[in-house]
Amino acid sequence: MTFGDHLSDRVEQVPPSGIRRFFELAEEVDDVISLGVGEPDFSAPWAARTAAIDSLERGKTSYTSNRGMRELREAISERVTRYGQEYDPENEIIVTTGASEAVDLAFRAFVDAGDVVAIPQPSYISYTPGAIFAGGEPLPVPTHAEDEFKLTPEALEAAGADEADVLVLCYPNNPTGAVMTDEELADVADFVREHDLLVLSDEIYADLRYEDDHASIATHPGMRERTIVFNGFSKAYAMTGLRLGYAMGPPEAIDAMNKVHQYAMLSAPTTAQYAALEALRSCDDAVEEMRTEYDRRRRFVLARFDEMGLDCFEAKGAFYVFPEAPDGDDEAFAEGLLEEQNVALVPGSVFGAGGEGHLRVSYATSMRELREAMNRIEAYVSE
Amino acid sequence: MDKQSLLDLLRHDARESVDDIARQLGADAEAVAAALDELEDDGVVRGYQAVVDWNRVDEEHVRAQVEVDVELDRETGYEEIATRIARFPEVATLRLVSGTYDFFIEVEGESMHAVSNFVSERIAPIPEVTKTVTHFVMDSYKEEGIELGDGDDDDRLSVSP
Repeated sequence: MTFGDHLSDRVEQVPPSGIRRFFELAEEVDDVISLGVGEPDFSAPWAARTAAIDSLERGKTSYTSNRGMRELREAISERVTRYGQEYDPENEIIVTTGASEAVDLAFRAFVDAGDVVAIPQPSYISYTPGAIFAGGEPLPVPTHAEDEFKLTPEALEAAGADEADVLVLCYPNNPTGAVMTDEELADVADFVREHDLLVLSDEIYADLRYEDDHASIATHPGMRERTIVFNGFSKAYAMTGLRLGYAMGPPEAIDAMNKVHQYAMLSAPTTAQYAALEALRSCDDAVEEMRTEYDRRRRFVLARFDEMGLDCFEAKGAFYVFPEAPDGDDEAFAEGLLEEQNVALVPGSVFGAGGEGHLRVSYATSMRELREAMNRIEAYVSE
Repeated sequence: MDKQSLLDLLRHDARESVDDIARQLGADAEAVAAALDELEDDGVVRGYQAVVDWNRVDEEHVRAQVEVDVELDRETGYEEIATRIARFPEVATLRLVSGTYDFFIEVEGESMHAVSNFVSERIAPIPEVTKTVTHFVMDSYKEEGIELGDGDDDDRLSVSP
């Protein structure tokens, strides 16, 4: 008898991650310039790091409250008012081990066996497996380049999402860099209310918008009571390895998520919570500096793709652009580029329906490397 | 053309080509070139230099930071003294500062002997100079906002979610 014979149906349903396969390919290539990295190339702001160090020196190594340190929840509550969100730190916020844990908690708390989870795609790779692990049935909702990969009520209708129980949103979006305006979210909110869906809104890239302010579906009439908002410190604060995120929603929803969290994780890492608290208190300037730098790189990459004739809509958020592969075969293009020019991009098909024929290009790397990578892509395209 | 953005970018990397600057600022190359010309003509941008880690250069290169006290009279102000000191090619930086001394000078030379000779034979004898204190630079860890040393390797995974 082996474990292989006893895999749960849920685990068997989930195919190996395509991003993992591409990672293994990239690892075999020496001196690869990678634009496949979904994390900042900056280090966490020094003030946040020293707060973590200081907490260790003072021996703050115990569990915190399951929901996270009270002062951190208060600081989060204060912070999100800039997006028009108001949540009570007492019972409407939970601090988690990365936003990823928060998403997983929500799936486990709100998805029953057979529940349909509508997932606009292309999307971050964890939503579909997360829904399956919770026993749900993922429903891909393809979005399209001609709509700038925005979600529309028409796309939801076409995919049959009117029958869904839960809708997952991620704007600004990984992998496309798409953003949605308040008006566009209002249309989605109408659909959600009409068909009585819950919404899980991953807003981890909220601070990385380049042309206008972040908009959240949770702020629309009648949406707060049916939406869980996720955010965290990985992307804007370059704190991926500290694994700290949070979820916000109505008290009964956060209670339910906390029930899972307290048995699975107990509490988020204490050291990371101190770093996060300091990040919220004193690192706005550092975030702005990083955002400005990403914005410059974004413009550079978009201009270069335009000059080399690769179609790419104007991504306005996160740190990705999502050009079309020249001959429409994203896997072949990415593998060829890696093999011949030592540049790693991620094939768009890894991110689900609607991603085929595109490439995720992360510009979270230095201008020097970015310039060289774009020269090599141009050489490959013009071959 | 937002000149502040252009200056920020040049301070970050003055070797960027006009085309690359234009791409990053979302401007056209001709507008960038014109703005650069204007910044240079107006004396805002005074030059473009490399930030050098002298520890990695084989030839000896000595730098010293010199505090200089002066005594002014009715005929001679800071400006006149500064003009005189700035003319020496050995003086890389000259600033009038607040605090316990008047001028901060950075002097460069091929040896400690050359630098100390310069201070004692060229700076100290200036009639208004009443005192000099020389600090030789023993090591440098950060220059013009750039950390020297080996820096952090990029230890991120080559592909990640």
